[in-house]
Amino acid sequence: MSDLINVSYDTQIPNNVGLSSDRRVLKALEKWHPGYLDWWNKLIPQKFQESFVYLRTAVSVDPKGWAKFDYVKMPEYRWGVLLAPEVESRTIPCGEHAGQPAWQEVPGEYRNMLKRLIVIQGDTEPASVEQQRLLALTAPSLYDMRNLFQVNVEEGRHLWAMVYLLHKYFGKDGREEADDLLRRQSGSEEAPRMLGAFNEETPDWLSFFMFTYFTDRDGKMQLESLAQSGFDPLSRTCRFMLTEEAHHMFVGETGVGRTIERTCQVMKENGIDDPTEVDRIRALGVIDLPLIQKKLNLHYTLSLDLFGQEVSTNAANAFNAGIKGRYMEHKIDDDHKLTNDTYTVWDLEDGKVVQKDVPALTAVNMRLRDDYTRDAMGGVKRWNKIIEKAGVDFELKLPHEAFNRKIGVFSGGLFDPEGKVVTGAEYDAEQANWLPTHADGDFIQSLMKPQYEQGKFAQWIAPPKVGIDNKTGDFEYVQLYMA
Amino acid sequence: MTKPFKQHLIDPEICIRCYTCENTCPIDAISHDENNVVVDADICEQCMACIPVCPTGSIDEWRVVTTPYSLEEQFSWDELPVQEEVAEAAGGGGIEALDDEIARLLEEAHAGAGGKARAPASAAKASVNLYNLERPARARVQGNYRLTAEGADADVRHIILDFAAQPFSVLEGQSIGIIPPGTDADGKPHLPRLYSVSSPRDGERPNYNNVSLTVKREPQGVCSNYVCDLAAGDEVRVTGPFGATFLMPDDGAARLLMVCTGTGSAPFRAFTMRRQRMAAAGGGGGDMVLFFGARTPDSLPYFGPLKKVPEKVLQKHLVFSRVPDQQKEYVQDRMLAERESVAAMLSDAHTHVYICGLKGMEEGVEAAFTEIAGDAGLDWIATRDAMREDGRYHVETY
Repeated sequence: MSDLINVSYDTQIPNNVGLSSDRRVLKALEKWHPGYLDWWNKLIPQKFQESFVYLRTAVSVDPKGWAKFDYVKMPEYRWGVLLAPEVESRTIPCGEHAGQPAWQEVPGEYRNMLKRLIVIQGDTEPASVEQQRLLALTAPSLYDMRNLFQVNVEEGRHLWAMVYLLHKYFGKDGREEADDLLRRQSGSEEAPRMLGAFNEETPDWLSFFMFTYFTDRDGKMQLESLAQSGFDPLSRTCRFMLTEEAHHMFVGETGVGRTIERTCQVMKENGIDDPTEVDRIRALGVIDLPLIQKKLNLHYTLSLDLFGQEVSTNAANAFNAGIKGRYMEHKIDDDHKLTNDTYTVWDLEDGKVVQKDVPALTAVNMRLRDDYTRDAMGGVKRWNKIIEKAGVDFELKLPHEAFNRKIGVFSGGLFDPEGKVVTGAEYDAEQANWLPTHADGDFIQSLMKPQYEQGKFAQWIAPPKVGIDNKTGDFEYVQLYMA
Repeated sequence: MTKPFKQHLIDPEICIRCYTCENTCPIDAISHDENNVVVDADICEQCMACIPVCPTGSIDEWRVVTTPYSLEEQFSWDELPVQEEVAEAAGGGGIEALDDEIARLLEEAHAGAGGKARAPASAAKASVNLYNLERPARARVQGNYRLTAEGADADVRHIILDFAAQPFSVLEGQSIGIIPPGTDADGKPHLPRLYSVSSPRDGERPNYNNVSLTVKREPQGVCSNYVCDLAAGDEVRVTGPFGATFLMPDDGAARLLMVCTGTGSAPFRAFTMRRQRMAAAGGGGGDMVLFFGARTPDSLPYFGPLKKVPEKVLQKHLVFSRVPDQQKEYVQDRMLAERESVAAMLSDAHTHVYICGLKGMEEGVEAAFTEIAGDAGLDWIATRDAMREDGRYHVETY
């Protein structure tokens, strides 16, 4: 009898989907498994593979079972297939089939659309691990290193989650797609990852924190909309992934927050009141607030591009098919069909930024992006609280959505962070104040020295307020392997 | 006036608004606005399902209130309010237990400190009531070993409980409740009995999810007989953890002065093991002194293992009151004999004092402290009260 809450370890692959009685899928996954391990082993530097890391592993998907902490060597982490419990008589939440029973098998007419969504989602998961593969070499503390590895192994597990769906529901071409997820490589010339933002290296820890805050939050919004899918196995997979994703948001938000806290603290200690005294601040080995604003401008706008075109028939089709819902679809009070509704989107008319109403169905991407922006605003507000509390006069802001865009209506023009149209000359004159320069990158890089001593933190970042799993900040989160 | 109760709150400074708790709550007691995530005191049943899923730990916050904070108030917070002075509220030490019955037991046990108990400033945050009578944890007995010699007048047991996959985070000095099976004379199910854990936070065996207890068989004790008779493999229903003040400082430089009799040694075994494991990892440094009283070496729990702990880690004073042909000696006698070193510790602001054992030991220990402090020109009551306010004086007696 298979127990669908507790995780079964009776196969190589921990799961709560009764794999041991599903020979076909089990065989396919077992065939895929060595390739995955090979990918992982080649990725992360050897000394970290040999280290014991204090990680969280799910032993069951109910609230009390998924946060079990223990030391583990990463290659021995129990990656598995975990779905949130089935909700009895769940119905398709949106689109033309709204109210009908949710699909337990792939509906033929939407097969390709579904497969594409799963492949795109699946492609981002290993990509981010590839982008972050060398960061542990410059970890500002064992605590941060552990958080990085937790994010990495869970992104790895999210890949597993998508591969399971491909193997289980998409037959031969699903298996081929699963193989391709390991074949593509972030930044590769021949076989790059599918989305642009996932082909850039994450060069330093501030970039990592910004990435987990802004870019993983796009991932969270995509998972939120897939969790509303009428295809029930996808919905259940994404619901469980969201519980893990929360930790990634945490790493980003507190990482940036601790960087800000440390900067303000060092400024105060040295009697610097003006946050724009960049040279003096940098000489003290902390990252100036204007540079943090520039990093924020960059990562926020790159992440906005991931939402695609403002007006999109693909998105409309996916919503109408009941494959992808809106953020918190079940809490929205309307007919969930959007047949006659309108939604306000940004557009460019005669070179001016304007807002106009379009059919809501075609603006599903835009709506998700607006929800994203609201969500992203929360952390920025709290970073500002840290600055305010320290008594420094500075405010971080999300730039206007028109700024620095490569996709969507704004990609053709030049805008300042307030959303005002500027000339090429004006843009060039100010660019170094809006986006990180190479010199900024060099400065951040100069701070990236590893701090492997238990309980110690690099100069540029404050310790956390509380540790992981009720442990203190000076707990030995990673027992480093010394060659 | 409404009776004070413990309201579940979320720390807005640490919360990251991921809404995992909101999605986890089985009865929709948690909601959010653009500012904060909040718990509705009218709906929350304290089932604790939201506690382990929180990636930040901000969810495990409690305040004793007579009027609960409204949702509007909680939405407006930038940080948590401090605990207001409520008659029954635990002071700076936090909340010892959510259920009134256990909270009362712990208050009685801590009464010997002469005032409201406070946790050491550097203590780790203790989780309480992860499991209760309605929803107990189920632990499996891994072992049951007799600690006292066969034929000694006391039968004291070392019991190891394994919690497998159930999250059970417990700190040294905390207690857990054991629910004996069956019913009492009135036909009601037995209430849990409290036992202080004798293993450190990372497990009896490092990084195993197990906990040890030190239990003495009492002739008519319903629960102690049940526990002392447990065999490996038996399932036990457990509540807790409980207690949020009788904790050790995480500050490795803190000095510990520990006084106990009998099974009162349980928390000190945990403290010592924690310190040893910290030292192995390169931490610690503060010294520890133990005054431990029993009738005979045969009946002193952990007599063998204790003797193996190096004197420079733990200075041990094992004293006996019933050894043939020897003068009776009690812990207070030895404390007086060591008055100079004890006085030196009392006047050091790094020192934390812990007393644990039978209620009957309090008087003698208190008298010894009074005399030693007096010799050093200190007023004992004032010294004790100041230490207690500072989270450096702890009593747990029963």
